[in-house]
Amino acid sequence: MSDLRELYQQLILDHSKKPRNFRTLEGANRTAEGHNPLCGDEITLYLQVEDDVIRGIGFQGSGCAISRASASMMTDSVKGKTRAEAQRLFERFHDLVTGESDEKRDPVDLGKLAVFSGVKEFPVRVKCAILSWHTLRAALEGKGETVSTE
Amino acid sequence: MIRAGGTITARSRGGRSAAFEVERIRQDFPLLGEKIRGKPLVYLDNAATSQKPHVVIDTIRQFLSTYNSNVHRGVHQLSERATEAYEQARTRVQGFINAAESREIIFVRGTTEAINLVAQSYGRTHIGTGDEIVISAMEHHSNIVPWQILCEQTGAVLRVVPINDDGEMLLDEYVTLLTPRTRLVAVAHVSNALGTINPVREIIRLARRQGVPVLVDGAQAVPHLKVDVRELDCDFYGFSGHKVFGPTGIGVLYGRARLLEAMPPYQGGGDMIKSVTFAKTVYNDLPFKFEAGTPHIGGVIGLGAALDYLDGVGLDRVTAYEHELLAHATEALSTIPGVRIIGTAKEKASVVSFVMDGVHAHDIGTVLDHEGIAIRAGHHCAMPVMQRFGVPATARASLAFYNTREEVDALVRGIHKVIEMFV
Repeated sequence: MSDLRELYQQLILDHSKKPRNFRTLEGANRTAEGHNPLCGDEITLYLQVEDDVIRGIGFQGSGCAISRASASMMTDSVKGKTRAEAQRLFERFHDLVTGESDEKRDPVDLGKLAVFSGVKEFPVRVKCAILSWHTLRAALEGKGETVSTE
Repeated sequence: MIRAGGTITARSRGGRSAAFEVERIRQDFPLLGEKIRGKPLVYLDNAATSQKPHVVIDTIRQFLSTYNSNVHRGVHQLSERATEAYEQARTRVQGFINAAESREIIFVRGTTEAINLVAQSYGRTHIGTGDEIVISAMEHHSNIVPWQILCEQTGAVLRVVPINDDGEMLLDEYVTLLTPRTRLVAVAHVSNALGTINPVREIIRLARRQGVPVLVDGAQAVPHLKVDVRELDCDFYGFSGHKVFGPTGIGVLYGRARLLEAMPPYQGGGDMIKSVTFAKTVYNDLPFKFEAGTPHIGGVIGLGAALDYLDGVGLDRVTAYEHELLAHATEALSTIPGVRIIGTAKEKASVVSFVMDGVHAHDIGTVLDHEGIAIRAGHHCAMPVMQRFGVPATARASLAFYNTREEVDALVRGIHKVIEMFV
């Protein structure tokens, strides 16, 4: 079970059991839905973006421990960030869980998100970890189609 | 270590008792001796695909290394041998499912292609605007989507027979869905996600009373039950080679000769024609009319070997042994707190789908994989079944006759590790 603990670190288990920002966000002006058709993970992300800054964020949905924890920790880590900062975090996180790296990218401190480093040893679980991030990008790049005024 | 100490006494249909020597049978399957992460493999994903006995592997190897050539066209000796083996396999399949004639056996890629063939060839000829096709709520996507495509093409309407909380088809509802507009019934013999054995004999009787033909998706039935297409009185029956211990990429469509003869070809190409001119092409006779192009010759020959093997083990004994194994698994899993079995029909094949409180099926799958236990986690290509039971996914252990009680016990220990980790 030891290498399994590399995947299911305590912080990940904690966030999967008690996800933060697990709610529909009042006053959200952007939403996006993410779906892993292969495994049935589903997420709806709610953002309140003002002056290019993510002021509020919430999510709903169902999925495995990795996808829930990833969504929960993502919401914590991008709150208060600008769109560009969030995009850089996405890229670093992507590199972390896929085990790829791009030298040209700006170094960004992933902070607590580093606990997902074990995911790269489990190729089939990468999509679980990355789903919420793709959904975030879709919401930020929304181009209007999923923007909500509520 | 997994050790299969005992044997289970299986009562065959004739009432004759014989010990089912599972340890000896396991020796026939080289892959079952593999280790996963240093632990003995416990392969419980047989509904996805089955492992192959030596005899299947050797038969394919022998074909490829000693008489590989094309069929139905060569004047040379290799081609004669290949053709003979290919056609012998057809006769083998005919006998295995008790079809009346060998020309009623069409080789296809798998159950999916069998259903698509019927949808596009039979369906587009006989089904039109406002006509109805009846399926059940427990179908695999491969017995839903081909009909949806046909409905889009023709303006026909899909009707779905609901299931109860145990995962059993509601026959009363089925009867009311059979109307003068019904043109075809397509139903699974055994549900891949729930394990339910449908009362196909009764389903067929009710449909045929109204002159409605029935297609049976037998992908999950043929590895577990003796199938007799004439006793069932079905019009079409499809199954896949790889689920019956044969190769992937080969499957069978059985069709009643009278219906197949009247159906247009599914694909055009070589082997399916008698003569071709730019003015007119004359199609070949059955079964060749439906086998355009060079077929999967090694697959067909390998499938024949797999059916021979399965006959040698004895399907009656397989059914009885798996029944015991399923009862053991059901009982063992039912006692684990937080585990809920999805699919509790009275008549079931050896499939146990389950969910756990607070743990997603994928996490169950990952932890079990670390114990060397292979199960399936997900929607099992039956998303409507998941919706019916209000779950995003299930974990599924599907057993074959080469699985043991000890392997089921290993699964139970694995589930306790899941609980340790997540609950």
